[in-house]
Amino acid sequence: MLEIKNLSFAVEEDGRQKEILRNLNLTIDNGKFVVITGPNGSGKSTLARLIMGIEKPTEGSILFDGKDVTELDITERAKLGISFAFQQPVRFKGIRVKDLLRLASGKNLSVSAACDYLSEVGLCARDYIDREINSSLSGGELKRIEIATLLARHTRLSVFDEPEAGIDLWSFQNLIRIFEKMRKEIEDSSIVIISHQERILNIADEILLLSGGTIQDRGTPDEIMPKLVRQSGTCVRLQ
Amino acid sequence: MVKLDAIQKRLIEEIADLHSIPEGAYNFRANSQLAGRNTTANIDIVSKEDGSGIDIHIKPGTKNESVHIPVVLSQSGIKETVYNDFYVGEDSDVVIVAGCGIDNCGSQDSEHDGIHRFYVGRNARVKYVEKHYGSGDGKGQRILNPVTEVYMEEGSSMEMEMEQIKGVDSTDRETRAELKGDARLVVKERLMTHGTQTAVSGYQVNLNGANATADVVSRSVARDDSSQTFNARITGNAPCSGHTECDSIIMDNGRILAIPSLEANNVDAMLVHEAAIGKIAGDQLIKLMTLGLTEQQAEEQIINGFLR
Repeated sequence: MLEIKNLSFAVEEDGRQKEILRNLNLTIDNGKFVVITGPNGSGKSTLARLIMGIEKPTEGSILFDGKDVTELDITERAKLGISFAFQQPVRFKGIRVKDLLRLASGKNLSVSAACDYLSEVGLCARDYIDREINSSLSGGELKRIEIATLLARHTRLSVFDEPEAGIDLWSFQNLIRIFEKMRKEIEDSSIVIISHQERILNIADEILLLSGGTIQDRGTPDEIMPKLVRQSGTCVRLQ
Repeated sequence: MVKLDAIQKRLIEEIADLHSIPEGAYNFRANSQLAGRNTTANIDIVSKEDGSGIDIHIKPGTKNESVHIPVVLSQSGIKETVYNDFYVGEDSDVVIVAGCGIDNCGSQDSEHDGIHRFYVGRNARVKYVEKHYGSGDGKGQRILNPVTEVYMEEGSSMEMEMEQIKGVDSTDRETRAELKGDARLVVKERLMTHGTQTAVSGYQVNLNGANATADVVSRSVARDDSSQTFNARITGNAPCSGHTECDSIIMDNGRILAIPSLEANNVDAMLVHEAAIGKIAGDQLIKLMTLGLTEQQAEEQIINGFLR
């Protein structure tokens, strides 16, 4: 279970404090699939990064399974079972796909197990397993490899920052199947996704609408979706 | 024949991945003495008459054979210059593994300067692997100044992998190559310096014949207070293609000077150079930390990958 209490985050801009998140309260129960949506600049990615420990809050606390993790660094949170998929995956010269999957799994992953993860994300394992995660890979390929690393992590809380960006329609179906499979396979696991995509919002247990640094509304897709304006499958703002 | 001690065996493991006597031809040199030699029907190794080194003769058409010529220095204060000449016969296909390991626990400098000359015959293929390694906690410096000269006949190809990852205090390496038509040279250099080490690596590759190609790629990491200079020049004297790249990670108070340069003396010479120096990207560290690695482990993985 993830509990966020009175969380605020501010940055300094032009010598003034700019508030990105203010006094945010949120509980995500075990086994839940939660999608956080909202307009650009509403603080969604910042919230995801605060959960992983990439950013430190100005005020407030974050509890994971009852333990206060606010002061823990990224590594410690990762070890407790939190994982994070980047909106823009990172490239590495010389580190191969199989190396990253091995590091993600935390064990000496067999090549066949690594290949299974790649097949899950719709990549032909044989073509990718020895590839370097460098600029020879396209944005879409990187994105799928990023998702494969979270499959290999197999953690109780997985946070995805806009996983659909750069992914084509064919693999979009695949993506939804992956989220559903993760929920089923990892006991009591929760998935938090930052997304604008209607099809992802539709399969959520709960949608959180973030706007102006705070939660404006929350509820099931049936409750929230009618309140969102649809623009070619992308939900942008409150009606 | 000199029996190798434990330190010497460890050095040989580091530089040549050898745990026992290799198959094929070899010449071991330990503390300036011959420690073992084997020749085969196709590969002959003879000492130069003036004692300055060895000549390696590979018969034309020799396929799938290897030559190992490791050198180890485990006494402090040795300073030697050795000339090794390789005559690689036409149409042969061989692997040559060289390398030098220095363990210096004493207060005097130890230095090995190997001058390797390769005469690569028509259509011959050579893979050359060279590793340098230093260990020992004495005040004496561990110094390696290798010179490599490559003379390539028509249609020959040579791949060179040169690695110096640990423990060498000072190195000044020089590589020169002359390529005739259709010859192909690929160089992969890996270098890491720590502490107050200094490393200089210079290349001069002359593409003299039509369709000669060269690809010289260096990846290096400079940590602590170490400094590196990479100076690679490719000269195109014929219709040819050449590429040189220097990619470096800088850490701590390291210093790196990269001077890739090109010279074209023929209108159909196609030459490209690239150079990049930068610190480890914060996002790379963060990504690996989200997988459960500590910052230090993440750094090691990034460097290991980079120097692969």
